[in-house]
Amino acid sequence: MAVSDIQNNKLLTFVNGIHPKDYKELSNNCKIQRMPFVEEYTLPLGQHIGAPSKSIVQKGQYVKRGELIADSVGFVSVSLHSPVDGIVSDIGIFDTPKGDVLPGIKIKTDRFSTQQFHQKAVDFESLDVNGFIKSIQNAGIVGLGGAAFPSHVKFAIPEGKNCKYLMLNGCECEPFLTADDRTMVEYPKQIIDGLLIVNHFLKAEKIYIAIESNKPKAIEVLSKYAEESNSNIEVVTLKVKYPQGAEKMMISAILGNEVPSGKLPIDLGVIVANVGTIKAISEYFRTGMPLIERIVTITGTSINNPTNVLVPIGTPMDEILEFCGGIKDNTARILLGGPMMGAVQKNLNVPVVKGTSGLLVLSSNEVKDFDQYNCIKCGKCLDACPLFLNPSRMGLLAKKGLWDEMLDFHVMDCFECGSCSYVCPSGIPLVQSFRVAKGILREKSIRDQNK
Amino acid sequence: MVNALLIPLLILSGLGLLFGVILSIAYKQFKVFEDPRIEKVEELLPSANCGACGEPGCRAFAEKVVNQGTNPAKCTVSSSEGLQKIANYLGVDVSREEKRVARLLCAGGTLEAPNLANYVGGINSCRGEVVVDGGIKNCSWGCIGLGDCAIACEFGAITMNDNALPVVDTEKCTACNDCVEVCPKNLFELMPISQKLIVQCKSLLKGDLAESKCRVACTACSRCVVDSAPGIIEIKNNLAVINYKLNDLTNPIAVKRCPTNAIVWLENFNQFETKQKSKLPLGRVEEVFDTDEYYQ
Repeated sequence: MAVSDIQNNKLLTFVNGIHPKDYKELSNNCKIQRMPFVEEYTLPLGQHIGAPSKSIVQKGQYVKRGELIADSVGFVSVSLHSPVDGIVSDIGIFDTPKGDVLPGIKIKTDRFSTQQFHQKAVDFESLDVNGFIKSIQNAGIVGLGGAAFPSHVKFAIPEGKNCKYLMLNGCECEPFLTADDRTMVEYPKQIIDGLLIVNHFLKAEKIYIAIESNKPKAIEVLSKYAEESNSNIEVVTLKVKYPQGAEKMMISAILGNEVPSGKLPIDLGVIVANVGTIKAISEYFRTGMPLIERIVTITGTSINNPTNVLVPIGTPMDEILEFCGGIKDNTARILLGGPMMGAVQKNLNVPVVKGTSGLLVLSSNEVKDFDQYNCIKCGKCLDACPLFLNPSRMGLLAKKGLWDEMLDFHVMDCFECGSCSYVCPSGIPLVQSFRVAKGILREKSIRDQNK
Repeated sequence: MVNALLIPLLILSGLGLLFGVILSIAYKQFKVFEDPRIEKVEELLPSANCGACGEPGCRAFAEKVVNQGTNPAKCTVSSSEGLQKIANYLGVDVSREEKRVARLLCAGGTLEAPNLANYVGGINSCRGEVVVDGGIKNCSWGCIGLGDCAIACEFGAITMNDNALPVVDTEKCTACNDCVEVCPKNLFELMPISQKLIVQCKSLLKGDLAESKCRVACTACSRCVVDSAPGIIEIKNNLAVINYKLNDLTNPIAVKRCPTNAIVWLENFNQFETKQKSKLPLGRVEEVFDTDEYYQ
């Protein structure tokens, strides 16, 4: 393949953003290990964005690995499958990693089962676009980057729009996390295959695989396989910068176009998919395995053996931490996801869900509590915000509780990357207050609708 | 020299006269009749502009009372004397709606419902804490205890007690709905003051699991259902729900055997003012149910 036009021998990137230290060396050379089966799995029904799925099993029923246990409700909803051969031990409400309590299914593993997977591959060539979308929904596949947005909704292109570019998001700009990196290095065949399967239906002109330059191995391996596949796949290298992996930032880095406020990437003719999602799609169509396990990075300075683990969905987090050698005594915080956008966990007796990308165990050396000072209007947050918002002003408004005024500053566009809080010299909890504001405004609009 | 003084004087007084005439014509011509009673009623209203009546302010409410005959008792903030004054002034009947107060449907303070972690360095409000993993409390439904409601209350009716629970002063509470809207866990509910039987819990868990998260959680044991007249209490989603249509039949006996004190009878006191039963193992009750007392 000819040298890329858009790459042009320089690293692509977007405007603004920050440069946190990436700490990837802790786990980026650790091969993906398989987590052994544990005794019990908890599967919340609302693991994805959209309507929670509906349980179709009874207590005491025997379920096979990969068997459907909860069906999708409506279009923005996906199915859920059993991660093990076992018996449904309880149907009730359980703690979830988000801190709330949701209806779910508990499955007790059958100790004598071989846990072999017996399902047939799905012949995708005989499917039409709707059949493809339906089968992805039935496979329970959601975006594995973290938000867990149902993938089939993304692939269902609205009428009047067409997909020009398909992009694979291999940026993984969050510090510490290496799950996508390792997936690209160890499963390049499946990724290229998955991209080609998806493109069989989307018919995009060009497929870009976007990788940050701090993953040279992944770039090398995927470039090789992309060339061998003799297709329109191209690997582009992006600059190491946070939040490069955010969908909108990646598009602006590659195409130079911004996704307008309130619009979706498909309005620019772009569909972005995560590495894990594409791998899951390939696995589903080649082996028939629905989304019942995912790759999770277990890392941090306060865990004994940081590594990347292939975890069945529903495994309790404390079991995974134990599998990785347990946590050290000076552990201060455990985060779900990366350090920038991840949420602190108070309870480790919660399961890994489809949106869990990593578990980060930080020691007291890294966790600092800032004193809060007044805003000195230095403008650092304005230089950091990738969406060109005004965090400084919005922070002042939030302090006064003027939520409606924050709407004029487009607080709803903020995707909570946390760059503003990271750079703030006064230690003002900016992104946190935007999260609060977004919650309040969302509640308010629901209340107004009901009036 | 005289001219230089006189001419501007004449011009100005002429202009003044002209505008005066225009204004007086405009006053006669464009006069809008406004019911003077509106002014008076507005004076008699508390001028809190709280919006509890559903109007944007006291002025708009006064207009409605005068023009459309809305019942002045819709203003929950006024004292009964104030309402009587308005009613006497307008010559209408004031059928005082029953006073409503905000009740917190959670009794799990820091003593009863332990925290799983410490909340440090974030925004010092309930809302701020809830965005981080749903708050630090073990119970997912429980009161956060940072007092967003106390700040939101414009009447100073809510104070946070030592146990990090908001105590609503029923005297000061005007049922303006502010605390209901601000609570991120939706724990406040406006109830008529005659409703004395209250389940102070929203946990949907059952039995030991519920109690392991909070010592005063409703464990859905159904004791209160058995102890009260049929149909008053039923267990819905592992939570005792009181049918307030039968409020007249409620009786303090219903709370006697509650193992966790999740259901309470509020007789002439605010919530959380009595000492809560605590550190009791499940199944034991502090006061043994006295049958003699019941059949007297």
